[in-house]
Amino acid sequence: MSKLKVAILGSGNIGTDLMMKLERSALLQLTTMIGIDPESDGLRRAKERGYEVIDTGLQGFLERPDLADVVFDATSAKAHIRHAKLLKEVGKTVLDLTPAAVGALVVPPVNLGEHIEEGNVNLITCGGQATIPIVHAIHRVSPVEYAEIVATISSKSAGPGTRANIDEFTQTTSRGIEVIGGAKKGKAIIILNPAEPPILMRDTVYALVEEGSMDKEAIQASIQGMVETVQSYVPGYRLRTEPIIDGNKVTVFLEVEGAGDYLPKYSGNLDIMTAAAVKVAEEFAKHRLAAQTV
Amino acid sequence: MTKKRDILITEVALRDGSHAIAHQFTVEQVVKVAKALEEAHVPYIEVSHGDGLAGSSLQYGLSRTNEFELIEAAASVCEQSKIAVLLLPGIGTMNDLRQASNLGAKMARIATHVTEADVSAQHIGLAKELGMETVGFLMMSHMAPVEKLVEQGRLMESYGADIVYVVDSAGALLPHQVRERIQALKQHVGVEIGFHGHNNLSLAMANTLVAIEEGATRIDGSVRCLGAGAGNTQTEVLVAVLDRLGIETGVDLYKMMDLAEDIVAPILSVPQEITKDSLVLGYAGVYSSFQLHAQRAAKKLGIDSRDILIELGKRKVVGGQEDMIVDVAAEIAKKKLEKTAR
Repeated sequence: MSKLKVAILGSGNIGTDLMMKLERSALLQLTTMIGIDPESDGLRRAKERGYEVIDTGLQGFLERPDLADVVFDATSAKAHIRHAKLLKEVGKTVLDLTPAAVGALVVPPVNLGEHIEEGNVNLITCGGQATIPIVHAIHRVSPVEYAEIVATISSKSAGPGTRANIDEFTQTTSRGIEVIGGAKKGKAIIILNPAEPPILMRDTVYALVEEGSMDKEAIQASIQGMVETVQSYVPGYRLRTEPIIDGNKVTVFLEVEGAGDYLPKYSGNLDIMTAAAVKVAEEFAKHRLAAQTV
Repeated sequence: MTKKRDILITEVALRDGSHAIAHQFTVEQVVKVAKALEEAHVPYIEVSHGDGLAGSSLQYGLSRTNEFELIEAAASVCEQSKIAVLLLPGIGTMNDLRQASNLGAKMARIATHVTEADVSAQHIGLAKELGMETVGFLMMSHMAPVEKLVEQGRLMESYGADIVYVVDSAGALLPHQVRERIQALKQHVGVEIGFHGHNNLSLAMANTLVAIEEGATRIDGSVRCLGAGAGNTQTEVLVAVLDRLGIETGVDLYKMMDLAEDIVAPILSVPQEITKDSLVLGYAGVYSSFQLHAQRAAKKLGIDSRDILIELGKRKVVGGQEDMIVDVAAEIAKKKLEKTAR
């Protein structure tokens, strides 16, 4: 069985963590790591592991486009806008881990199926990946009028990109809660906590369901099922306590512990992004393989 | 009022006070208070949800009235007094700030946890672009060493803040700690310095006076202590004390007292005082707005709210983490149950 060939664009923390996750994939074959700094830890590690290493940025890859069919973009929102255009021209599928939101917003267990042939997929935000599945799990039982999520991450795991444009997080996540989660109205809050040792990523989801539609048992079962689905690709994703149901309000407390591949375990917020990206690529690979064999 | 003011007071009852009444302000109340503050010549009046613009939420409490209506109403009755708004990046966005500015807000106070100033660069920049007087508001200042506070204050200055505030959100700072903080900022930051106190340890006035002694020129007060926890430095008392000290605030003492007694006191269902819970906020160094949330959780689970607050302090929870209250309360209740079962 041939694996789908993939490349990573961006050799920072996210790109390097992706590299380590892709090594475990039975469906994906990482061929190339693309960066701009040959001295970066990511590129050095890629070289040691025997991958093709390009240190001239995307341009270098465009000169050898056969190296991969799918490119993970782990650079920045601003760079992605340029990358998206160039990669589209050469017909590459792009999985975007920046908050650029150029392509279709995807949360794997909720709407990946609708976008299985998409050329550009955006992974929204860490808070979105952690909470939108839960909003959807509630909504598929009882229509959600309003959903609000609070993501608390350790200061250490919030990179300069997130910090310089924190509105991108609140706005893109709220949009995802509505468009993908199904809530009529969505709201997102992010809090940075500097405590040492760093705290694990925590997410709280509040949802108000339509008056008279509350089905306590069904909602609890739906949430439980969704948590297990997310766990299949983010093993450190879990409920902190049983969901609290009070009147028409559902409150869910989540925690995300990272796999500790390249990034430390406390940065579950980064881990859930790289894990979701790998999940999307694997589903793409399965879909393409099935199409070939038919 | 042409007299030069030595200290510029910002009245925060219509923002910080929102916590004390679970964000239930009405347009009528806000108009009455703002009008009276204008007549008393208070230079700045802050109006927002207690957690700043867009704070209305299940996490912090839903506002009874849309805060933009309150801001617009307050601005409509003030000619001399300027309306200030609070914004916490991560909760409110630049769009919220634009809207507040359109409705007449003239001052933007951009608040971050004391170690996280770099999330405020865009918002401070936008506030300046909109022509607003801009404050960098370093919350929970007791949680960082002086050098860190200075570093973060300098960041806010570099983004364009006109004023940097030491914010004692937990009412936990002791007078000598306020002194070293203001001193250091005066030494290393080129802009005006402000102080925002909470009275949880009955030190709001003492801390404010120390801040002024060290050169702070912007001071927050809440009339009748209408603020989170035990409230803030009581504005009408501050005006009287500063007058006795020969420090000019430009605020009319009699009118301030009348407004406190006749307009603000009736808004409060119980008078603001240092209760065991607000005392514990200051003692444990916990964000003052946690008080009502902890009381509610304690009542529901039949535990002592002080235990919740002390535990939150131990875990170094920061402002805005109200969801931790229910979480910690549930843990304490569970432990208690296990103990009695044994």
